[in-house]
Amino acid sequence: MPASLVLPVNAVAATPSRSYWAMVWHQLRRDPMALFISAILLLIILSAVFAPWLAPDDAYKGSMLHRLLPMGSEGHLLGTDELGRDMVSRLMYGGRISLLMGVIPVLAAFVIGTAIGLFAGYVGGTVNMAIMRVLDVFYAFPSVLLAVAISGALGPGMSNSLIALSLIFIPQVVRVAESVTTQVRKLDYIEAARMSGAGAFSIIRVHVLGNVLGPVFVYATGLLSVSMILASGLSFLGLGVKPPEPEWGLMLNTLRSAIYTNPWVAALPGALIFITSIAFNLLADSVRSAMDIRR
Amino acid sequence: MNTLVQPHSQDRGGPSQPLLIVRDLKKYFPVRGGLLERKRRFVHAVDGVSFSVPKGKTLGIVGESGCGKSTTARLIAHLMAPDDGSMIFDGEGVAELGGIELKEFRRNLQMVFQDSYASLNPRLSIAETVAYGPRIHGVTATEAGRLTRDLLFRVGLEPDQFGSRYPHELSGGQRQRVNIARALAFDPRMVILDEAVAALDKSVQAQVLNLLQELKAERQLTYLFISHDLHVVHYLSDHVMVMYLGEVVETGPVEDIYGHAAHPYTRALLSAVPSMDPEHRTRVPPLNGDPPNPIDPPGGCRFRDRCPHAHAVCAARAPVLAAVGENIAHSVACHMNDSLSGHPEAKQEYPA
Repeated sequence: MPASLVLPVNAVAATPSRSYWAMVWHQLRRDPMALFISAILLLIILSAVFAPWLAPDDAYKGSMLHRLLPMGSEGHLLGTDELGRDMVSRLMYGGRISLLMGVIPVLAAFVIGTAIGLFAGYVGGTVNMAIMRVLDVFYAFPSVLLAVAISGALGPGMSNSLIALSLIFIPQVVRVAESVTTQVRKLDYIEAARMSGAGAFSIIRVHVLGNVLGPVFVYATGLLSVSMILASGLSFLGLGVKPPEPEWGLMLNTLRSAIYTNPWVAALPGALIFITSIAFNLLADSVRSAMDIRR
Repeated sequence: MNTLVQPHSQDRGGPSQPLLIVRDLKKYFPVRGGLLERKRRFVHAVDGVSFSVPKGKTLGIVGESGCGKSTTARLIAHLMAPDDGSMIFDGEGVAELGGIELKEFRRNLQMVFQDSYASLNPRLSIAETVAYGPRIHGVTATEAGRLTRDLLFRVGLEPDQFGSRYPHELSGGQRQRVNIARALAFDPRMVILDEAVAALDKSVQAQVLNLLQELKAERQLTYLFISHDLHVVHYLSDHVMVMYLGEVVETGPVEDIYGHAAHPYTRALLSAVPSMDPEHRTRVPPLNGDPPNPIDPPGGCRFRDRCPHAHAVCAARAPVLAAVGENIAHSVACHMNDSLSGHPEAKQEYPA
């Protein structure tokens, strides 16, 4: 046997290797912060998803007699709003729309933006330049202003605000995906793959996508809270969901008038927006550190 | 190594046909001047490089960083399109009408890169990385798996133990072994080793070099070994080519280059090698200054502004590669080698 075969190459202890995502999962499970945040988010998401079964009351049926009841009132644990509707039920139903408004634009931007960014970054050169400069136009406007402008142009309504928000996030995701792709594209393992005669599609699918998806995913997780806040903002301005639909941003707006008489109840939708977006952000942080396991 | 080499199973041109002949390879990188400057200027990264690699031999390419070694490798591998030049692989023109197709050429030529980490996809396990090439060429999963196990075992990595690992779980030497295994997956005839052992520490380097030597004999490989480490080149190479600023300044059998170098640059390089003998310390720096800017290489001989023997003729005309005396294998591009060049030191201090 040649000398190089018996050298201490096999000195590393034999621990079974896991796939990359299994390792990320393992890291996340050992992070108490991530577990706590996930529990809160799960609670919010589950109560929104199962609102029709869990809600104690009708979220649309008002009662003039029970307007603006304080917290802890009988039958209305968190009080009632300006039309006498049960706050617990409305917050649960509102979560459905608010969460959707947070998730769907980010999901759409994640898919579309990653595709554009991968293409631009992998092709490079003039094509990349053209795509990125066009998208830079979107950057010229503050995102809130742009969201208001697009929703205003399209008209109010939930689907239009979803479109507006997606359009805002796409350039941001593209920029992240493009820059990571440009970095990855220059690495030697891409050249090695080209040496083995792999086509562009195979290289992108096997070698580029896997390495780009991670950073983009982390970035997109961070966008969830932004999306939710922007969606609530649009509704607050009357550009998003229309009454009587329960939505946290809209509820915050309509309860504004009760801020002096019943501040705790009026602050509830805002508190939920706050908690949910903070939770999304912290979760993004945990995922980010869990995914960084190249030690 | 002058032992008779068993011909490779895919040999076409016969034993005396060089495996690779490169003719007049050129690559100029455009540089943008000012913001509004229209005139394009070029970095002369590789400027008319020609050489041939005999079958079963190792050609070492040496030179300072920035001299065009790695660009030459990438041009040969077609990872970059050359601006000019042609290649003949085992008697057939590469990517030419009636010659060998680029795809087929690439299968015959593999490359091992310097950065063992960057050349492995961090998301793929070792086995997946090695099996990737065969898999995209339609080899079945079982067959590719068997091939991968054989290759990993051959490069000294226990397949059961290492196959499922990820690059960050391996040491530098182990990763470079994986890169070698991947390069061998196509049963190539030529492997370009681009600073393949430069990033490894000395003991690991020796192991990998030994492995490379064994593999070469076993698989009838031909190596193009690029390095700035003259000790390693001496150990591994049969022929050596010295590059300076995108040009070949001297080429020849390893004993000739290391024994009696003809070019002042080669001599400076060799005297810069740290001596193993404390009695022979290098006291005077063998070479002063930096290589000139490759955007505007000096006219005439490119080495002249650092050369201790520079003379008027060196600025006037560029020397061409010519045989050193009777030794056809050893050639040098220096006016001092040419008795008719008019250089005062020609043929006097360096007789053939």
